[in-house]
Amino acid sequence: MQRSHTLVVLVEDQPGVLNRVVSLMRRRHFNIDSITVGHSEQPGLSRMTLIVTGEDNEVEQAGKQLYKLLEVVKVTDIPAEDAITRELVIVKVAAKGPQRAEVIQIAEIYSARILDATPNTLMIQATGSEDHIDSFLAMMKVFGIREMARSGKIAMSRGSMPAKQGRIDRIGDGSYAVAD
Amino acid sequence: MVVADPTMDEPRTQATAEAPQAAQEVLSGARITCRSIDAEGVKTVFGYPGGAVIPLYDAIPAASFKHVLVRFEQWAALAAVGYARATGDVGVCIATSGPGATNLVTALADAFLDSVPIVAITGQVNQSLIGRDGFQEVDITGITLPVTKHNYLVRRPEDIAPTIKEAFYLARSGRPGPVLVDIPKDVFLASAPFTYPTKTGRKSYQPNLVPNMRQVRLAANAINSAKKPVIMAGHGIILSRAEDDFRRFAERSGIPVIYTLLGLGAMDEHHPQSLGMMGMHGHRHVNRALEECDLLVNIGARFDDRATGKVAGFAPNAKIVHVDIDPAEIGKNIRTDVPVVGDAGEALKLLVNEVDQRDHASWMAWIQSERNVALERALDDIPETPEPYAIIKAIADVTDREAIVTTDVGQHQMWSAQYLGIKHGMRWITSGGLGTMGFGLPSAIGAKMGRPDLEVWAVIGDGGFQMSSSEMATAVQERLDINIAVINNGHLGMVRQWQDLFQNRNYSEVAISSPDFVKLAEAYGATGIRVTKSDEIVPAIERARSIKGPVLVEFVIDPEANVYPIVPPGASNSEMMHHPQWVPAEEDL
Ligand SMILES: Cc1ncc(C[n+]2csc(CCOP(=O)(O)OP(=O)(O)O)c2C)c(N)n1
Ligand SMILES: [Mg+2]
Repeated sequence: MQRSHTLVVLVEDQPGVLNRVVSLMRRRHFNIDSITVGHSEQPGLSRMTLIVTGEDNEVEQAGKQLYKLLEVVKVTDIPAEDAITRELVIVKVAAKGPQRAEVIQIAEIYSARILDATPNTLMIQATGSEDHIDSFLAMMKVFGIREMARSGKIAMSRGSMPAKQGRIDRIGDGSYAVAD
Repeated sequence: MVVADPTMDEPRTQATAEAPQAAQEVLSGARITCRSIDAEGVKTVFGYPGGAVIPLYDAIPAASFKHVLVRFEQWAALAAVGYARATGDVGVCIATSGPGATNLVTALADAFLDSVPIVAITGQVNQSLIGRDGFQEVDITGITLPVTKHNYLVRRPEDIAPTIKEAFYLARSGRPGPVLVDIPKDVFLASAPFTYPTKTGRKSYQPNLVPNMRQVRLAANAINSAKKPVIMAGHGIILSRAEDDFRRFAERSGIPVIYTLLGLGAMDEHHPQSLGMMGMHGHRHVNRALEECDLLVNIGARFDDRATGKVAGFAPNAKIVHVDIDPAEIGKNIRTDVPVVGDAGEALKLLVNEVDQRDHASWMAWIQSERNVALERALDDIPETPEPYAIIKAIADVTDREAIVTTDVGQHQMWSAQYLGIKHGMRWITSGGLGTMGFGLPSAIGAKMGRPDLEVWAVIGDGGFQMSSSEMATAVQERLDINIAVINNGHLGMVRQWQDLFQNRNYSEVAISSPDFVKLAEAYGATGIRVTKSDEIVPAIERARSIKGPVLVEFVIDPEANVYPIVPPGASNSEMMHHPQWVPAEEDL
């Protein structure tokens, strides 16, 4: 069954590593829906979040291929029920005259913040799950979105431990559970 | 056996210089590069100079390794491949920036697909010019990303030694492969203190060597309870230098052994349990065994489509055990019932203790009964024009199957794989995954440089020979004792065969003319011999062996001889086509 997977990839912070990851995914025909990169809690390691759609075994194969990149330290496929994912969006919305108050009111409903204002527009930032953002944007569309920037998703799994559950078995013979 | 680098006592986090010690030598980057290659114990490197590596070549005369000047950079890298495959050591090649570096790409892809450990050193333009389309600048690390195990752009002279150390370690450890090190000209010219590091490796790179015992036992259980098992022997056994462990395992378990193209040599093909090559040009009884078997034990092969045929029809009744050092190979192409991730040699050492001593006499007898006896009998008839099989068998007989044989790509390659009867690992050197035409001659040069003690034969088509014939000059310059069998069918034979069988004999651009090979050999300063009749085959081979220096023997064969069996592209192995004259017995009915 094709479904969306959230891959968290910890990589050594080296030049060209993003290129290696993206090039590998393209070459092996895995589709990336969204990708984000930033620092992790460990110095020298960056954290990438890749949202990929595919069969479970295809995504497992993608994970194993990622492990073959020298800089890749850990790949976790966070199960949907454990994943907390967040995205940030900034929009510039047409907001003139009476509409202005309406836009502000709706932004409040979505816990969004006004970042900047001109006589004709408002710049608004919203954060949340994909659904939350989609619904916020649907409302904003009514007023007219002049410009939009979406960050792509970052994700973390629930619980006290760092993302371990759903870690892709780099050994591939099921021995990870024993060997970790 | 592939083991973790003994010098890797403590994994390092990244390739940076060692802490300087007292009385360190200060050397140019070029000299550091040479000293590092020497420190790896490399005897021969293959290369071609140019602007960006002039400083490196300035340091080469003082190095301990020997440099072989090729005539084209691709052949330098394929000579390095031949050297690596004949010796088990890392092969090294050098090219200049720009066109020199791009000429390596095909050979790197060849080494990548066949898991061959080579290190390519390329020059790069000065760092001040990188990104500005400088003269002979290409982004070779970008270009080679998908065809190398890893690659580096070195930015400081003090990083050269640790980078080369890591490059060699990566190339030969785990699943071997090509590694490229790109060094800008100003880095060759700048100086730094030199000590060759004793440690290397990274936290994120931990090859899986020793398999999980639980998986080994599961595999052994499957083996012990199978009624019609087959072992599929792959290149991993040879890369792991595990032929002895493999033979012990095969003999104890009593299971018939079949081979992938690159697995040939994992055990003597004349061993009573050996059945020969599988797949697109596999023997009839081998592909029949695949259809019938209830267990397939794949050791060190990656289920390439030329071996499996149509996946849905592959070993349809079998449970699959797959031993591979690369976890990504498990389940990539074929569903696997029992994966065993680890080095082939390590896995075999454990497996041999877990499997029961058995003999599969009646199963073996059934497989033997499936041989295409009609074809095998026909091979003993000697028609007047040299029959390709007869040439290959003669080379095998005269050399007592002890010579290293390299091949090019095409029909002659498949005839060789079918009828040489390979005895040893590392003496069968052919381009499998990439099917790189031009491979035969440079790989023979590399093999001879690596194993001067062994006789070397290159079996090459008239088409492929013309791709890399420039290396005749290299072979003559180095006075290499290599024998080259050019199988001349006047065609790009394998393509012509496909047009014959699958394109209604629409022969499009496959007739190829050749120079007079005997004169050509002589013009290069080598010896040329032409064979046009069957009874000249053996005397010509014997003469070639007795002559010093490169000898080219041209064998003129039937221009329309085909390789059989052949599995049509996209079909299952069970759908193999046979020689129309020599169809297997029951298919006559
Ligand atoms: C570099 C390269 N180009 C094209 C091919 C496709 N190809 C595969 S076999 C073959 C014919 C080879 O002809 P020849 O060298 O005469 O060998 P023969 O098949 O006749 O024995 C060709 C063109 C290839 N494998 N490699
Ligand atoms: Mg030919």
